[in-house]
Amino acid sequence: MSGLIDSLGPHAGFILVSYGAAALVLLGLTLATLRDHAAQKRALDALEQRGAGRRRDGTTS
Amino acid sequence: MASLIDLANPTRFMRFSAVLLPWFAAAAAVLLAVGLYLAWFVAPADYQQGETIRIMFIHVPAAWLAMMFYSMMAVSALGTLVWRHPLADVAQKAAAPIGACFALVCLITGALWGKPMWGTYWVWDARLTSVLVLLLIYLGIIALWRVLDEPLRAARAVAILTLVGFVNVPIIKFSVDWWNTLHQPSSVLRMGGPTIHPSMLWPLLILAIGFTLFALALHMLGMRAEIMRRRVRTLTILEAERLDRLAAQGAAA
Repeated sequence: MSGLIDSLGPHAGFILVSYGAAALVLLGLTLATLRDHAAQKRALDALEQRGAGRRRDGTTS
Repeated sequence: MASLIDLANPTRFMRFSAVLLPWFAAAAAVLLAVGLYLAWFVAPADYQQGETIRIMFIHVPAAWLAMMFYSMMAVSALGTLVWRHPLADVAQKAAAPIGACFALVCLITGALWGKPMWGTYWVWDARLTSVLVLLLIYLGIIALWRVLDEPLRAARAVAILTLVGFVNVPIIKFSVDWWNTLHQPSSVLRMGGPTIHPSMLWPLLILAIGFTLFALALHMLGMRAEIMRRRVRTLTILEAERLDRLAAQGAAA
């Protein structure tokens, strides 16, 4: 690891922080999107299980 | 156009996206892994910029995607305003946070590349300022979606703001040609072909395609979540109305 950092020269810090910040932002975005998707799916499943939106003839709105 | 609009209905989108999403995600993971390997271990250091050239491999795709997602949002805004297509504003809403994140990555990596090369993290030149304006427009659009509760009303307001803000995209692209900027001119997407050596161009292109597939996979996931959110909203309202009716019948009896 220190060999890799040494090979990046005097500006290694700028390069590593760039990649770290990009990874952090994109990982955060991915996790937020996955969590939102899972939350909406749970809420929809719960509503459909309760029969919300179902008319008396059994069809859905 | 009518058949294209018919094809892109929410139910069909949910079916298609469930199939496409894992393929997009897997292809993105492979291309990003290959691209990062080439960028870190195969591409040489630049003769002028040294090892800091490695920042380019994430900075440039981030800049492209920030503009691409805004352009996609502008097309969706037309879909909302002209055809009132139900999937257009879903696509627009899901694209905004993704574009904003890539604009943020572009600004952060640009600042970290600028300090060792230019001697400063930031300068108010046309390219840097117009990308900052793009990020602010993204944040404004995200805020507007949150302020207005009713999705269709919010969609129209956001669509107008998106189209007005689109004027900034060509300004970003051509700012380095129109004004004297500290930022270098285009070296890939330019008349006369790229000026980058193939040993750096290939990793850049592979990473750009990898990041694009990753962003499109996230966009699909975000659209799926938004379609379900609207379904949840509709069902919750219907459920509340049904309970109201039952309560009224109970009171009458």
